[in-house]
Amino acid sequence: MSTATIERTAPVSRPARVHEPIPMTRLVGVEVSKMFNTRSGFWLLASSGIAAAVATIATVLFAPKDQLGYGNFAGAVGFPMSVILPMIAILAVTSEWSQRTGLTTFTLVPHRGRVIGSKLVATLGVGAVSIALAFAVGALGNVIGSSIAGVPVRWDVSLGSAALIFLADALGMLMGFTLGILIRSSAGAIVGYFVYALVLPAALGTLASFQDWFASRQGWIDFNFSVGNLYDHIPSSKEWAQLGASGMLWLVIPLAVGLWMVRRSEVK
Amino acid sequence: MITVEALTKTYSRFTAVNDVSFSARAGRVTGFLGPNGAGKSTTMRMMVGLTAPTSGTATIKGRAFADLPNPGLEVGVLLDASAQHAGRTGREILGIAQRTMGLPRARVDEMLHKVSLTDEEAERRVKNYSLGMRQRLGIATALIGDPEVLILDEPANGLDPAGIRWMRDLLREYADKGGAVLLSSHLLHEIEVVADDLVVIGNGRIVAQGTKADLLAAAGTLARADRPAELAAALRGAGITCTLNADGSVRTDVGAAAVGQIALQSGIALVELRSADSAGLEEMFLELTATSQRDSTTPSTERSAA
Ligand SMILES: Nc1ncnc2c1ncn2[C@@H]1O[C@H](COP(=O)(O)OP(=O)(O)O)[C@@H](O)[C@H]1O
Ligand SMILES: [Mg+2]
Repeated sequence: MSTATIERTAPVSRPARVHEPIPMTRLVGVEVSKMFNTRSGFWLLASSGIAAAVATIATVLFAPKDQLGYGNFAGAVGFPMSVILPMIAILAVTSEWSQRTGLTTFTLVPHRGRVIGSKLVATLGVGAVSIALAFAVGALGNVIGSSIAGVPVRWDVSLGSAALIFLADALGMLMGFTLGILIRSSAGAIVGYFVYALVLPAALGTLASFQDWFASRQGWIDFNFSVGNLYDHIPSSKEWAQLGASGMLWLVIPLAVGLWMVRRSEVK
Repeated sequence: MITVEALTKTYSRFTAVNDVSFSARAGRVTGFLGPNGAGKSTTMRMMVGLTAPTSGTATIKGRAFADLPNPGLEVGVLLDASAQHAGRTGREILGIAQRTMGLPRARVDEMLHKVSLTDEEAERRVKNYSLGMRQRLGIATALIGDPEVLILDEPANGLDPAGIRWMRDLLREYADKGGAVLLSSHLLHEIEVVADDLVVIGNGRIVAQGTKADLLAAAGTLARADRPAELAAALRGAGITCTLNADGSVRTDVGAAAVGQIALQSGIALVELRSADSAGLEEMFLELTATSQRDSTTPSTERSAA
């Protein structure tokens, strides 16, 4: 342990080297591998696959024959995804602070906006692949389940509504990402996400049922509510506008504020 | 290669780093020395852009850190060896640095070898690393891009004596090959062996800087006698300020000749008379930083009244 061989005995001054800037594609690749190579990250990703498989098997086993159809399978695999993907997004951001890896990350790349940007691309990429895989697992379950039950295979989900589920899951992930940037602590951001996803809908639902002025405006204000519509039906143009408005309030503005804070904050 | 100019960092009303200027030159190890809370880490964080300075600038090879296109290839940084993801293996952590900098994969194994982490240790999660192993991994991360400048914050913490010796040799060789090393520590002993230049910080301010040789020369004389108290009294009688240390040695700022002369006149037999070197530097360090010390204890049991 005590000795080390140092191979070069080079001259005292070295020729000046010119370095290329780090390309964004490389940063995205590094961020993707950082999402996989921790134990927590690995199990989160693995659990999204496992959950999709379990949900599919459960649907095969328990769904009534006459109700077997891709809609059921997509719904079954979609729910665990909508919980796990935001967690993946949160940890991709917050581990830099909670695990203090930011000390290295932000010295190797002293532009925090670029680091966060590549995390965003990596997160959405991993999310898209996960959702596609889940859909594929669901499709496989639909084929196998229908043939076991001896009923014709039903594809009762339009491409349009599949795209909307995709969008809704991506927005959930972005919400997790935003909370991660705003709170910058794994535990805090995860709690924050569950407040957003579980506590707030109940509270705002109650408010809407008692207060007409809120009920008539909920779509414009309540992002979770507007995103929930995506799972349900193809939105009207008014609902798209509501999604945009509430998204501005819940996603775009907090993300901008969070980015501004991240760029100014001290990393230690 | 590193130039720090008038760096200042103020937290609400507390000034952690106050108008700090110094430089670290190529081919030399610069020791950045100061007690806990003196502002060493804050200064180093400002140098690499992790903390925004309230005022002042830090440049590396004439450029701001953020303007380096691929900083890892030009500056090796180790600020806190414990700041790693506990769930990653040592090899994975090095791999992230290697990929970010765009280096060949083989560099990871080269570096593991260089810092004497075995293959088996490299596959362990960092959670199960000792502090010394984390320091080695941190050094490997700093060196992987073969940079010309190294910035290391207390890298000897947690290393065993053999590890400290290894680190010292590594940094020495690095500087001898033309690199600039800035190395912080709160322990004088750790730094004085390897440093060529010293920058001493206390309470956020630079209190002394220069080559180690110059600072040592200013450190005075150390004498031992079979009757130390009498020697101290004799020196004071001659109007010379001196300190009687707990170990029976007497230190003074005047030269050895003057001390010998007074001892002879007073009929006191000296058993040792030499330049105070590190003992003097230590004392100077404690004096210079005394106001920032949380403990007001001094190394001597008795201080000169004169
Ligand atoms: N975010 C902060 N807010 C207030 N004070 C701080 C902050 N960060 C550091 N300090 C203070 O700045 C001083 C210098 O700290 P530091 O640079 O870590 O010292 P060193 O590394 O020399 O031990 C300490 O007194 C510390 O408490
Ligand atoms: Mg420190």
